[in-house]
Amino acid sequence: MGELAVFIILSAITLVSAVVVVTSGNIVRSALSLVPTFLGVTGFYILLQAEFVAGIQVLIYAGAITVLILFVIMLTEGGTGLRVRQINEQVPMSILASAALALLLISVFIRAPWPTAKEALPQYTASGIGEALLTNLVLVFEVTSLVLLVALMGAIIIARRER
Amino acid sequence: MNWGLEIAKAVGLAVVMFTFLAVVGAMFGVLLERKIGGWIQSRLGPKHVGPQGLLQTIADTVKLLQKEHITPRAADVAIFNTAPLIVAVAGLMDWIVIPFGPTLIVRDLNIGVLFFAAMASLTVVGILAGGFASNNKYSLLGGLRSASQMISYELPMAAAFIAVAMQAGTLSTVGIVNAQAQRGWFVLWQFPAFVIFLIAATAEVNRVPFDLPEAESELVAGYFSEYTGMRFALFQLGEYAEMFGMAAMATTLFLGGWRGPLLPPIIWFLLKMYLIVFFLMWMRWTYPRLRLDHLLNLSWKLLLPAGLIWILITGFVITFF
Amino acid sequence: MQVGLTHYLVLSALLFCLGLYAMLSRRNAVAILMGIELMLNAANINLVAFNKYVAPTALNGQVFALVVITLAACEAGVGLALVMAAYRNLETVHVDEINIMKW
Repeated sequence: MGELAVFIILSAITLVSAVVVVTSGNIVRSALSLVPTFLGVTGFYILLQAEFVAGIQVLIYAGAITVLILFVIMLTEGGTGLRVRQINEQVPMSILASAALALLLISVFIRAPWPTAKEALPQYTASGIGEALLTNLVLVFEVTSLVLLVALMGAIIIARRER
Repeated sequence: MNWGLEIAKAVGLAVVMFTFLAVVGAMFGVLLERKIGGWIQSRLGPKHVGPQGLLQTIADTVKLLQKEHITPRAADVAIFNTAPLIVAVAGLMDWIVIPFGPTLIVRDLNIGVLFFAAMASLTVVGILAGGFASNNKYSLLGGLRSASQMISYELPMAAAFIAVAMQAGTLSTVGIVNAQAQRGWFVLWQFPAFVIFLIAATAEVNRVPFDLPEAESELVAGYFSEYTGMRFALFQLGEYAEMFGMAAMATTLFLGGWRGPLLPPIIWFLLKMYLIVFFLMWMRWTYPRLRLDHLLNLSWKLLLPAGLIWILITGFVITFF
Repeated sequence: MQVGLTHYLVLSALLFCLGLYAMLSRRNAVAILMGIELMLNAANINLVAFNKYVAPTALNGQVFALVVITLAACEAGVGLALVMAAYRNLETVHVDEINIMKW
């Protein structure tokens, strides 16, 4: 019962902040409203007993990606372009498309018979994730670090000022 | 799990921690800083208010509370008002995982050190928001500089955390203190990580020699130029709470936490924490301020490679010895 | 009533469609990237929920979610670098004004 109450509060926080992100006319306000959204998602991870993923989510999403988005807004035209119209002429079509997709997904999710497992949950710890990353999933780990390296070099070169 | 009891316990502990930090940390810390600064500079600190100036911070707080709330006319009011809250709350949330004694911890999370790093990185969003919402060129510049400094120094701090967690075998703060019982304090085994952590911690809380974002001679007061009264006090509370939090984390990770021979554990913890706070304040009154590009070079070209090489060395030593 | 798998799935479907709406209907390129981040978060919630409810013995769902977080950070970095380079040359970040190949 308590878990359901927490779930409802967290979904309210997440969905209301997400609505502010997608519909606000002020781009800085919509970027700052990403922070409660990400913190709500962190709460979901903690409810799902994935604490390491929750910690990484706060550290990377709320701490780094939000800062990156705010930096780019302030360095492009966010400081001066706040009175500009933010939505384009595709609004009715996009409302239709997203509502249709939402209806489709929700009806599929409610009707599908998911094979939920009934055994007890193991204790998910950081050392378990570390072992999985270095034994079974070592290829995933190596390829991800390669992608990070390439993305880092690419971002530096693309954003560099021409001399 | 009894939800009502857990929520009551959480709220009660939050109130206790906030009171402890607001009274002891911020107030006493500000007084300590001015007295130590005076002693290092061969002058007396505050002396008039109360015996030996002990009530000075209370007088300052009363003064700040009765100042007028000024909001700049073209500022974005909602963001302007919530920015100091983000900084203060993130600075205070750090204290959930600090162990004052074997069982004196608000919640012994099994991702303790990761939680600490995550809360320290949430402060940056508040500073950027505050710098932007003031609608003032100097605040914006100060906010951008401070944010770039803080995100640059998160990486060496995380490298120091990783090296300590590798040697202790756990991310939980209580586990790390217990791991120091067998082999000795980590300040001996992980001295480079200690140095890296102290430098990165000084930069994370925007203290001299890394306080270019708040430099009075260059940027008025940086990102909190437009804040008056209670909101200014909230910013300062957040920064002092975070400084004390970094000192507490340094004693937990490197100086053995609460362990010590005769006195009760909490006395040892506070003694070691105030030793590191004294060291941080001593650094403030000794070194000049670093320029922004020197500051960023120090992080990216010196501390981060040093941290990564130290992780490599730690891994090597742990595997083979 | 217990919180089951379908609760998390419905929530992530709603979050995904909000992100899709942002991607389709906003002018500012950074706002489109914010919509992409919302969609990635929705997918992550799905992955971790499936890990707990359908396959709890292995940690594959959580590792997959960590990889998706890492790749989202890379993609946000490169995408925002592109936005900044475009702003420097074309002086606009509104995607409906970038409609000629060379000027």
